[in-house]
Amino acid sequence: MNPAGVARVTTGCSEAPVLRERGQREVFCGLTGIIWLHRKIQDAFFLIVGSRTCAHLMQSAAGVMIFAEPRFATAVIEERDLAGMADANEELDRVVTQLLARRPEIKLLFLVGSCPSEVIKLDLSRAAGRLNEKFAPTTRILNYSGSGIETTFTQGEDACLAALVPEMPEAPAGAPASLLVVGSLADVVEDQFRRLFDDLGIGPVGFLPPRSSTELPAVGPNTRFLMAQPYLAETRRVLEKRGAQALQAPYPFGAEGTTAWLKAAADCFGVDESRFTAVTALGRERAKRALSHYQQQLAGKSIFFFPDSQLEIPLARFLSRELSMRIAEIGTPYLHRQNLAAELDLLPDGTVLSEGQDVDRQLDRARAARPDLTVCGLGLANPLEAEGLTTKWAIELVFTPIQGYEQAGDLAELFARPLNRAARLEV
Amino acid sequence: MQLTVWTYEGPPHVGAMRIATAMEGIHYVLHAPQGDTYADLLFTMIERRDKRPPVTYTTFEARDLGTDTAEIFKNAAREAYERFQPQAMLVGASCTAELIQDDPGGLAKALALPIPVVPLELPSYQRKENWGASETFYHLVRALAGPHAPAPGSERPPRDAGRRPRCNLLGPTALGFRHRDDVAEITRLLDRLGIDVAVTAPLGATPADIARLGEADFNVVLYPEIAQTAAGWLTRTFRQPATKTVPIGFGATIDFVKEVAEIAGVDPTAVLAGAPSRLPWYSRSVDSTYLTGKRVFIFGDATHVVAAARIADKELGFKVVGLGTYSREFARDVRAAAEHYGVEALITDDYLEVEEKVAELHPELVLGTQMERHIAKRLRVPCAVISAPVHVQDFPARYSPQMGFEGANVIFDTFVHPLMMGLEEHLLGMFRGDFEFHDEVQPSHLGHGAAPAQDPTQIKEAEVEKTEIVSVAQGVTWAAEAEQELRKIPFFVRGKARRNTERFAEERGLATITVETLYDAKAHFGR
Repeated sequence: MNPAGVARVTTGCSEAPVLRERGQREVFCGLTGIIWLHRKIQDAFFLIVGSRTCAHLMQSAAGVMIFAEPRFATAVIEERDLAGMADANEELDRVVTQLLARRPEIKLLFLVGSCPSEVIKLDLSRAAGRLNEKFAPTTRILNYSGSGIETTFTQGEDACLAALVPEMPEAPAGAPASLLVVGSLADVVEDQFRRLFDDLGIGPVGFLPPRSSTELPAVGPNTRFLMAQPYLAETRRVLEKRGAQALQAPYPFGAEGTTAWLKAAADCFGVDESRFTAVTALGRERAKRALSHYQQQLAGKSIFFFPDSQLEIPLARFLSRELSMRIAEIGTPYLHRQNLAAELDLLPDGTVLSEGQDVDRQLDRARAARPDLTVCGLGLANPLEAEGLTTKWAIELVFTPIQGYEQAGDLAELFARPLNRAARLEV
Repeated sequence: MQLTVWTYEGPPHVGAMRIATAMEGIHYVLHAPQGDTYADLLFTMIERRDKRPPVTYTTFEARDLGTDTAEIFKNAAREAYERFQPQAMLVGASCTAELIQDDPGGLAKALALPIPVVPLELPSYQRKENWGASETFYHLVRALAGPHAPAPGSERPPRDAGRRPRCNLLGPTALGFRHRDDVAEITRLLDRLGIDVAVTAPLGATPADIARLGEADFNVVLYPEIAQTAAGWLTRTFRQPATKTVPIGFGATIDFVKEVAEIAGVDPTAVLAGAPSRLPWYSRSVDSTYLTGKRVFIFGDATHVVAAARIADKELGFKVVGLGTYSREFARDVRAAAEHYGVEALITDDYLEVEEKVAELHPELVLGTQMERHIAKRLRVPCAVISAPVHVQDFPARYSPQMGFEGANVIFDTFVHPLMMGLEEHLLGMFRGDFEFHDEVQPSHLGHGAAPAQDPTQIKEAEVEKTEIVSVAQGVTWAAEAEQELRKIPFFVRGKARRNTERFAEERGLATITVETLYDAKAHFGR
């Protein structure tokens, strides 16, 4: 069935029309980025200034209490805070003081705005300035918004990293070209990439976010940056404002994506062709071998993406080109054409793209398409399984290391496993 | 502002969702921003429901503020009605929508939908989940059963002698702690007493069922946190008596049977004579001797903690050393119960405060919620979960009620299982020098306790933080000999012995713990 209002395209997807939807969304808000960010930046603490709903969201989304003492908390706004703004500011200062007394080892504190704090216009940037006077340099205080009225899921990371950019030291004038990898990656993936860049002779290489808030890399006009995540539009903008230049590349998923991503850096840093081939050959070979285990199982199977993390387009590209899957629909919460230009070119002709969401209509389309595999959020997965559709939790694609050569097989496995399970079960 | 790491209850609109999701033929239109839809996964992932909650969120964004959020609400309500064709609708706002003051009730009224629409006013910045559930159920009952109310002051006509007495079961919801199984158990128990269940609500009820609540002879309040307010209104409006006893535990089930029999005018003798519970005998059997005086700390919702304290004290022979609840609405009941056991009730919704209390009391068993399970794990104290907030593990595949005689059996196992078994405790004492008994060996029946099952909602990369046995003392050192002697104490009580000895030494200002100190402390703390 060709859903009404979606025109099929003939060549690539860079110019393809997109079905834009406005309705109920089944997407986490930007606060949830804290779940991986607090594990990544190990000396940072995230204080959500929000409601009981925000606190409840965080523990429900993260599973009840995985961490005995996570490095995030909520300052819950109460009735009396709503009475007057001055009062709310005093209250916030009191809560921050209390928190830092309890966790004196915290080097960086993010005040994270939420829907209610945005609506009552609690000025967290002023609060951060005020609290900095009290706690800097022991603890640096920054702010960003992870509110659901402004951000979806992974955009929380974008807002967080964008808040870090002004804190990055200025690269000295005339500094040699440096490479910056932008977007949080699992430490193991970061280390793999670092080794590859070393072997290619590219350096110095910095990562944003760093594992420790005190190791922010320098940035300047000679900085070239490679985005590891497609959802960092604002971070890209503020980095460019500081003179850094983005390298256009597909994202490092699968053998092809990883090679193209590394190649963008190699070309920029003048690495010669033979060296590039020599350095990447082994990884490419291993990735292809790992993927071959899943070829037979996945080839020809159709897949439907509900919008979740903005990783949908690069993932669909990987699945269609390296595993021959058929794309029924790619939903994405937000389509940033500039960040995805290289990806859109690689999508098969006629791919159905949708941006935003009206979940009930999209469910109708998924039911009509009867895809072999549906990628969706946690709220939809079990109901769709009950309707006989095989599903993959989108969130696992955010929390699992899936980038780079060594993870290509793991990535394919994430899609193969639900199909494998469905085939095994006789109940 | 209140600093909170974790929270025992969600916001009140999640309570309303628990009512809506429990029912059939109802739809809840919630004025809320994107992100509040996380609540769906509580039902589909944690409770493993096979349907989406019947909730439509308006998903307004920042750019809509101050322009057309009211119009967005009206569209969402209209479209939800057209798509889902509910028999009744709940409308309300989440915490953010509450601030923009769109008045969902008024907006829905303007739509003039041909079904009852119940507006909910749930102040998010004052109240919490259970209150929200209670209030939602109450307003729903008023709105739907209200039109069938007899004239004020009129008497209830006597029951037709030809039919069995009928009651309603009130309070079970979606995402409740074993509500599904409790309903089955109590329905069966009432049947054996010769009593029919007219309506169970909200779980499984339709709006039409709610409308005929007044037809039953009386109400059974299973979960006061949810149903007490509605039951009170039904008593006033329809002259329906309501039960007070919650049938959790052997003794409470007997009391409940007597109370119900009295209200319904039936004879409980046969049911009481055949009280089919293994708890009394298991508890009296020799193997249970080791349970005597085990020190237990209890925290959870009011209903479950009051019941658990009675069971622990009277039916298992434990000693209740701490009792508390996050249900502020029922603080009075929990305080009264605590007084009965000679402890001071801990009324708080701050889990750090609960943790402090557990560390201070160092009980031998914790009965609590998922939060206490975690606290207990950190402090290395055995723990059983007896109350919400819940986890996917608290929706077991097997039949596992908390209420009635079978519930008492389940509870015996649940409370006793995390502890060492009697025979095992003796054998470990006897063979502690044996090479097969050493620190690293987990008690055989706790094999799975060493590697807790993964929660699907948990993050894969998550690494549970490792904790050491907390030393209470600072500046107290162990003499090598004493340390050696400590190692001879069975490992499952060694942590406690260490803490007690250190506390003993600290209180007496001793800098070094010798073998003598160890045994002095043992004599001091011995029971």
